[in-house]
Amino acid sequence: MTRDEIADRLAAVGYIADQDLATALILMDMLGRPLLIEGNAGVGKTEIAKALADVHATNLIRLQCYEGLDQSSALYEWNYQRQLLAIKAREGGDADEIEAAIFSERYLLARPLLAAIRQATAPVLLIDEIDRADAEFEAFLLELLSDFQVSIPELGTIVARAVPRVVLTSNGTRELSDALRRRCLYHHLDYPTREREVRIILVRVPGISVALAQQVAGMIAALRREELSKTPGVAETLDWARALLGFGVTDIASDPETTFDTLPCVLKTHEDRARITREVSARLVAREA
Amino acid sequence: MEPGAQILQRMAGFTATLRDNGFAIGLAEAGDGARVLASPLAARPARLRQAFRALFCSDAAQWQKFDELFAAYWLGHGIRQMAKLSGTTRKPGPRSLRQFAEAGQGTPEAAESPRSDGAIDNPADRRGRSEGASRHEALDRTDFRHISNPEALEAAHAAASRLASVLRTRLTRRHQAGTRGRRLDIRHTIRRSISRGGTPLDLVWRRRRTQPLKLVVLLDASGSMSLYTPVFTRFIHGVLRAFQQSDAFLFHTRLVQIADALRDRDPQRAIDRMSLLAEGVGGGTRIGECLAQFRQWHASRVLTSRTVLMIVSDGYDTGAPGTLGDAMAALHKRCRRIVWLNPMIGWAGYEPVARGMQEALPHVDLFAPAHNLASLQRLEPYFARL
Repeated sequence: MTRDEIADRLAAVGYIADQDLATALILMDMLGRPLLIEGNAGVGKTEIAKALADVHATNLIRLQCYEGLDQSSALYEWNYQRQLLAIKAREGGDADEIEAAIFSERYLLARPLLAAIRQATAPVLLIDEIDRADAEFEAFLLELLSDFQVSIPELGTIVARAVPRVVLTSNGTRELSDALRRRCLYHHLDYPTREREVRIILVRVPGISVALAQQVAGMIAALRREELSKTPGVAETLDWARALLGFGVTDIASDPETTFDTLPCVLKTHEDRARITREVSARLVAREA
Repeated sequence: MEPGAQILQRMAGFTATLRDNGFAIGLAEAGDGARVLASPLAARPARLRQAFRALFCSDAAQWQKFDELFAAYWLGHGIRQMAKLSGTTRKPGPRSLRQFAEAGQGTPEAAESPRSDGAIDNPADRRGRSEGASRHEALDRTDFRHISNPEALEAAHAAASRLASVLRTRLTRRHQAGTRGRRLDIRHTIRRSISRGGTPLDLVWRRRRTQPLKLVVLLDASGSMSLYTPVFTRFIHGVLRAFQQSDAFLFHTRLVQIADALRDRDPQRAIDRMSLLAEGVGGGTRIGECLAQFRQWHASRVLTSRTVLMIVSDGYDTGAPGTLGDAMAALHKRCRRIVWLNPMIGWAGYEPVARGMQEALPHVDLFAPAHNLASLQRLEPYFARL
């Protein structure tokens, strides 16, 4: 697949990628490395993985990281309740037989990472917000990402049937280790340019006019330049565009009242609401629309 | 298309240039770079740049400066700019492409030099630890302002970095102390019981996980603080080495991140590198603006609920009133504790009446003197309690 092809196919499933990103996705396949995506909240990091799964028509397996995430919730765990029941039910039976039975695949609970390497066709594995997991988990993940095999003491080693495409995202709440960074391809995702945002709105909000999409993108760009405590992301843009469309607004400039009333889609803190008053909103509308 | 020997050599030069600029590139990455060169992506410079950028960069800062480095090396322009960019190297940046290639061959040597420095550094350290307790006694109470001869200053520096290590060990010992758990971990207990046929004989306890604190230091390097800056620079150098997670910034009229420069293992070189960053020392201090800047650009990344923010400043703010108070209020919400060290508290008859200090005080958890070693040591119990 060439770079333009992959960009087109991403666009077909609703993700507008820039050329940098398309190149990185090609390299992912070519070099078999995971892709680490960093960027502010709401720039569409997670969406990339979803779109990638759609493009390759495979499953998306998602591992949401959090503090204290450990192997038993990320990799695998035995189904203790069923194991105990089985032991009680076969009490008095042959010990070896019981052991073989309760440590079989039937009693294994595959968590996302194990599930990802046991799929027949390579899935997209999204490891979301890796910076929230602990450093120890990161080290463990690094090992998995280089070998794509897991050893379960009772069962033996499970080797990946197909090497998944791995996408990691990070918000930068913790510094990631150099080893993990080096293992991965890197892409820094910024807020979309105005043109790209217009294209995103047009693809994701059916029925919106080009003129309104341009106005929305212009307003959002202006709001991002204001020093807000929470800068609006692409999801906010889309919500707002849908809200305006739902209220029947076709031109922001001619309806500043509704425009202001729908701003809660974009401004998510009390502080930001107080900063963008009716007057400020009207001024931005007058300038951008 | 197989890349020829010549192009591979150029490639090696490029990776060496990137390494000189602080990129971490291993053999695997260089090998993958060669694969990219052999692929259709190499047909156009713009595509090659994008591909190399995804491959070689590993954080946002590298992502920002990669394009210029690429243009300078492969397209042969902007070389002067590149020399400026390579501020992370110790030697002045090479001036021509040929020198870049030569620099590439010299990297192993460059990579070894910090290690050999460390070897020289360590014995000196140990010597410092085993002797000199009595000399410290005298130095302990001397105001940093009155330390003038270089030897005494050196001793003060060493003591400061030792204190930083003490702070760290206190914290980690606390981390290890909670061995005995309070609550039963049902999940693991049942898992262990499988091997006993379902009878829970081996109990597994759950204990609160503790982690060492993260320390972030903001150092005021304005003219009014200039007598204290050398000592605190050394102190921060010790802190950065002792704490696994730490960061440091310096501010005067603007804010500069100094952690990278100060992580250099040789203290003198670290301080030299930092003083280059501290250009503009001696002007008025805009503490409020610098803190607001810190809040906007760095706080979300640097501050966590386990972070202690240490501000070393005399509180003489020449910026607009109100900014400092607002910034402090916002920062206070983002971290665990704010410690404000003010060297002037040690002066006879000092009252925190400066406007900046007045604005900041309501948001400060600990307001303490830091004019001599004894006052720094008194911080120890406070940190151990956190």
